[in-house]
Amino acid sequence: MSNAPAIVAAQEPIRRTPVPVLELLRGHRRVAASFVLVAILFLVAVLSPVMSPHDPLAVSPDSSYLPPLTPGHVLGTDELGRDLLSRILWGARVSLPVAFVAVAVGLFGGGLIGLVSGYAGGITDLLLMRLVDALLAFPGLILAIAVVAALGPGLRNAMIAIGIVAVPVYARLVRAVVLQLKQMEFVVATRSLGATPLRLILRHLIPNLLNPIIVQVSLSAGFAILAEATLSFLGLGAQLPTPDWGQMINSGASFLNNDPWLAIVPGAAISITVYSFNLLGDSLRDALDPRLRS
Amino acid sequence: MTAYVLRRLLLMLPVAFLVTVGVFLLIHLSPGDPALIILGEDRSPQAIAQVHQELGLDKPLYVQYVIWLGHIVHGDWGRSITTHQPVAIAITERLPATFELGLTALLWSLLVAIPLGTIAAVRRGSVADQVATGITVAGVSIPNFFIGIVLIFLLSVSLRLFPFGGYVPFLQDPLDSLRHVALPAIALGTAGAAINMRFTRSSMIEVLNHDYIRTARAKGASWRRVVFVHALKNALIPVVTIVGLQIGGIIEGAVVTETVFTWPGVGRLAVESIFNRDYTVVQGIVLLAAFSYMIANLLVDLAYAWLDPRISYA
Repeated sequence: MSNAPAIVAAQEPIRRTPVPVLELLRGHRRVAASFVLVAILFLVAVLSPVMSPHDPLAVSPDSSYLPPLTPGHVLGTDELGRDLLSRILWGARVSLPVAFVAVAVGLFGGGLIGLVSGYAGGITDLLLMRLVDALLAFPGLILAIAVVAALGPGLRNAMIAIGIVAVPVYARLVRAVVLQLKQMEFVVATRSLGATPLRLILRHLIPNLLNPIIVQVSLSAGFAILAEATLSFLGLGAQLPTPDWGQMINSGASFLNNDPWLAIVPGAAISITVYSFNLLGDSLRDALDPRLRS
Repeated sequence: MTAYVLRRLLLMLPVAFLVTVGVFLLIHLSPGDPALIILGEDRSPQAIAQVHQELGLDKPLYVQYVIWLGHIVHGDWGRSITTHQPVAIAITERLPATFELGLTALLWSLLVAIPLGTIAAVRRGSVADQVATGITVAGVSIPNFFIGIVLIFLLSVSLRLFPFGGYVPFLQDPLDSLRHVALPAIALGTAGAAINMRFTRSSMIEVLNHDYIRTARAKGASWRRVVFVHALKNALIPVVTIVGLQIGGIIEGAVVTETVFTWPGVGRLAVESIFNRDYTVVQGIVLLAAFSYMIANLLVDLAYAWLDPRISYA
């Protein structure tokens, strides 16, 4: 697990003016394709109670280890006879919200630090950035594991841990953009006209931060889903009997000899989800960065 | 250069201080009393008070931190709560296995990344480039533990080409060691390969646009010679940065891969210690991981400044 794509995004200059969504989707095929993939994933997460053919927690020992394509169980059943398709569909309801809460924690915490640091400058900037450097000194997964080890295993703590890992990435990104914006004429003019710092931040800085933040959110969501799956795989995230993809791979790995699909199906679900978000982040960056477009 | 090195070292000090505070607080503010874990069934108030006194837990937090830091600096990383083995020894015993796995994974990632990244850059926009770019995004999207499980299923369980699990030190039997390390190294190195390929490609594209490449071509050098002799050397400079960080992050990657392959390294020790609530060991591993990452960052910066004279020392 690496947060390298996030760091790459943070270093590159990005077009400032917000781009209309429709224009983006029409003009960039990769953005449109990845946007559709992510939209489908959201639909699956929202509609899983309706789409699931069975209760994901319903145990049925008589129908355990049914292979994929068995009538009534398209993806087969697990060791307790639970329908794998239903568990995969419900898994999206676990993974996506966890990822978005974690990204929100990172965005809010890191964004606030970055805004204050970049706007205030001086000693405030120096102190806050040392704090951010200290967070960046920890490899992402190690920091997440350490936080979960301290707070105890579970989905809520996993969300907090992954959010904390994302804080320095957003702090650096927002600070860098605010530092650039501060030098721009429209900001200098607004300030000289007597705008209060709060008005300047809310009306002028935050709207101009949206593009780089949108790219970063897509990349961070992919990272967060991967991190949540990893923590759950290790037994530090979602706990039984929650239908979580990482946790499903963990239990499925014990049956690789005869029933490999128990691990392979949830693994494919994670990979497709993370791929979709990474593709969206990647293509959005290409579309929104004038240097890359040229 | 000396001034630059000194400045970088000075900048590292406050960060190192904050890292130690973070690691200390993370474990000391966590819920649960270590004395209860140590004592097991015998939980009389007297016994708990005695353990608190022995561990210094009855002192104010800042005093505990200063004492702890003093011990860390002197190489005393405490004792495992469950095995009573010194933490430094428990970690050192497991480090060779982790390094062997990490370095093999890095070697695998470079063997894949440099040729593919170069081909993608030289044939920019071609099908090969698009495939390589697709592989790059896929490589960072597939969890390494899932790659590990698929490899075990295909190459170990089904085809029986590689053994599953077990560690043979390289110096003991190099060939058998390679057979054992191959699958975990591929699982661990695939994400790194994708990232390195991306860096090689973009760096190579930039280098190939330089004037000296055009000059070399104009002077009659073959395209192969231009790419492999003139361009690749300079294109690999930015790759050094990311490879350095990957070396610093070996422990991070090892956590999951070692668990999947029951590899007896530091990563697996970390996971076992979390479940045993062996906080002194967890603390030691987190501290080691953070400092190796910080030192790798520093060395990468210095190597970069040394390799590329355009980088300012200011």
